Amino acid sequence: MILNMEFETLPREALEAIQLRRLQSVAERVFATVPFYRKKFADSGVKPSDIQSLSDLRRLPFTTKQDLRDNYPFGMFAVPMDNVVRIHASSGTTGKPTVVGYTARDIATWSELMARSLSAGGATRDDIIHNAYGYGLFTGGLGVHYGAERLGASVIPISGGNTRRQIMIMKDFGPTILTCTPSYALHLAEAAAEMNVDFESLKFKSGIFGAEPWSERMREEIEKKLYLTALDIYGLSEVIGPGVAIECLEGKKGLHIFEDHFIAEIINPDTGEVLPPGERGELVFTTITKEAFPIIRYRTRDITSLNYEPCKCGRTMVRMNRVSGRTDDMLIIRGVNVFPSQIESVLMEMGEVSPHYQLVVDREGTLDTLTVMVEVDEKSFSDEVKTLQNLEARITKNIRETLAVAVKVKLVEPKTIARSEGKAQRVIDKRKI
Amino acid sequence: MHAEQISVFLENKAGRLAEVTRILSDAGVNIRALALADTSDFGILRLIVNDNETAEKALKEFGFTVRKTRVVAVEVADRSGGLHEILAFLNGRGINVEYMYAFVRQSKENAVMIFRFDDTDGAVAALSEKGLPVIPGEVLYTM
Repeated sequence: MILNMEFETLPREALEAIQLRRLQSVAERVFATVPFYRKKFADSGVKPSDIQSLSDLRRLPFTTKQDLRDNYPFGMFAVPMDNVVRIHASSGTTGKPTVVGYTARDIATWSELMARSLSAGGATRDDIIHNAYGYGLFTGGLGVHYGAERLGASVIPISGGNTRRQIMIMKDFGPTILTCTPSYALHLAEAAAEMNVDFESLKFKSGIFGAEPWSERMREEIEKKLYLTALDIYGLSEVIGPGVAIECLEGKKGLHIFEDHFIAEIINPDTGEVLPPGERGELVFTTITKEAFPIIRYRTRDITSLNYEPCKCGRTMVRMNRVSGRTDDMLIIRGVNVFPSQIESVLMEMGEVSPHYQLVVDREGTLDTLTVMVEVDEKSFSDEVKTLQNLEARITKNIRETLAVAVKVKLVEPKTIARSEGKAQRVIDKRKI
Repeated sequence: MHAEQISVFLENKAGRLAEVTRILSDAGVNIRALALADTSDFGILRLIVNDNETAEKALKEFGFTVRKTRVVAVEVADRSGGLHEILAFLNGRGINVEYMYAFVRQSKENAVMIFRFDDTDGAVAALSEKGLPVIPGEVLYTM
């Protein structure tokens, strides 16, 4: 169902007129209030008043994750802190997260977009939403929560973990919409089977899954095991959180981007050149209504393409295809962003192991696993088993404390990690998503 | 009075032990005793050989992580209670055995055990004081 008929079905020309007006306004605002943008615009020889049409967007400079790190924590905020009502953060490469802020109006916008998303997935005021996204600094839990309340549905703020209890609540409360990561959905299916609970006997009709990459094959598996319609949702905290784009129940092919709030571009990741509609490249977002944390031409590093063909659901907003990869080496393990460089800095800081390592990502059953292979050199080697096992345990602990992700550490012989042209292959991803 | 043992890190996968014995064989090194400690992921091979320098060099050349460890070779009476007397004595002195294994050859009528102690020098001193025969490395390697 289309929640906001007025905006979600705007004719293209009307939508673009709104986009231009909002883009001009946000460009002026960041230029006036954020020193980072003032300098970046000046370096690129562009002024807010140069934006006369939507195609002038490409004259503005890109913003990268590194820019956010350089301005940690609040340097990119465009309003005084007394107007900020919420702070979220996502994991970063060097232990420092990426921090974003929201004004009361930003929270209202986000709630509206998440309400639209839930509605596109079939949710109404009559539904009970079982929200198993994590609550906390991560945007997933609270994003869905506020959207569900805005919609008027009943939300169960179950958050992640304690799977057996979740199954019990599903049985007793009878939720009709499930929101979580796709891998957790499959984990729930397994746990239910162990408890002799049949998903067919539960009341779910659809599930809205995101925060990690998945595939059509996984969709089929989830739908078969959980007896619901599985839909993809896209978002990232730098843009707003979940609710940037959503698949519709009717089309189930590609995710509608809420273009009255975000302008999407596809660029060649090497040259920065904007690619013609339909071509595959890096997805770039500009937020045009956010107040506390507007972002100009943010490079998501996600690879996809845009589909401007009309959708049978009636929404006029462009659809992005499933994200098919990343331009950097970021891994998403059970919803947590992991960069190989983070693991490297943990190992380097320990000072007792060689910096030769390799990450092996796999999926055991339905959960992602990350194995860190570390080469044992003369410095770290001992003739005693317990010393080496201690070393494994210390590496595991340090990685878990820094990255908030559980890993298995495996000590390997030196020079067994393949080095190609002097550069080691750091990641082997065995997941068949 | 201690002896030197060569410790080698091995991944727990097929053919690694054979690779070590091949390298040592090609280098003309004779293995006098060995023990393998293993976990599900890795193993530590401990070797007493007739020529430490050659063995270490050859293994390192083939990329193995090798380390020399100080151990103590002790003669143990070849009868019931022989080993227990030594262990009870060391325990009384507060010296801990990290691990131990048997040497292939006998010394006259006695068995020979290789010990890795937490305090090698303390162990050698205590054993000598008690008159328990410790075999020096240079004797052991060619015994």
